[in-house]
Amino acid sequence: MGIDERFALSSSALDPVQLAESLRSAHAGAFVSFEGRVRDTDGTRTVVALEYDAYNALCLTEGAAVLREALQGIIDARCVHRVGRLEVGDVAVWIGVIAAHRDEAFRACRFIIDEVKRRVPIWKKEHYQDGRSEWVGLGSAEIAES
Amino acid sequence: MAMQKELRILYYAAFREATGLSEETIRSAARTAADLYREISHMYGIPYELSTLTVALNDQVVPWSSPLGDGDTVVFLAPFAGG
Repeated sequence: MGIDERFALSSSALDPVQLAESLRSAHAGAFVSFEGRVRDTDGTRTVVALEYDAYNALCLTEGAAVLREALQGIIDARCVHRVGRLEVGDVAVWIGVIAAHRDEAFRACRFIIDEVKRRVPIWKKEHYQDGRSEWVGLGSAEIAES
Repeated sequence: MAMQKELRILYYAAFREATGLSEETIRSAARTAADLYREISHMYGIPYELSTLTVALNDQVVPWSSPLGDGDTVVFLAPFAGG
């Protein structure tokens, strides 16, 4: 897999089984994956759907950089993040890591999700049951959904 | 008077909704990225404080004090919320 294919954005549903199949190596004694899923609450309000928007060019360079940094000590890794509208239960982000041993695989998987959340320019709009919606991280942005 | 330059601005997420645009090309005398944000946020009534945002210039995150050049592409970045 080319270095720049390890991080990707997808506007269609993620298939964790197929993604896991893409990480195969006879040297891998461990496979660790993480799925971020759409939750039905933000802690107080009922969430019915999410919408992700991404700054593609910067996502791809920064995502590739995160995956490149994560490769230290493991065999391979992939991360795919959804864009567009998602329903509760949908997979928003999928990360898979293969390594010789579990310690490195768990560590790399944790590193990737933490760094993707911190460094990759993706934004999330929550749609609530009461018809309102809000871009997460911009508290004052609450607007009524038309 | 500061020289006018042509700047392309891409709008994502909350900025796309606030402006009603996914991108625009404007002529501006803004010297820095911060100057441009003040101009644009005033023009569209965008309520977000500059201190809560970051900015990208030609697909790289840069300081707000970065000078703008003719033909630059600017993106205002709300706090990331992926994952």
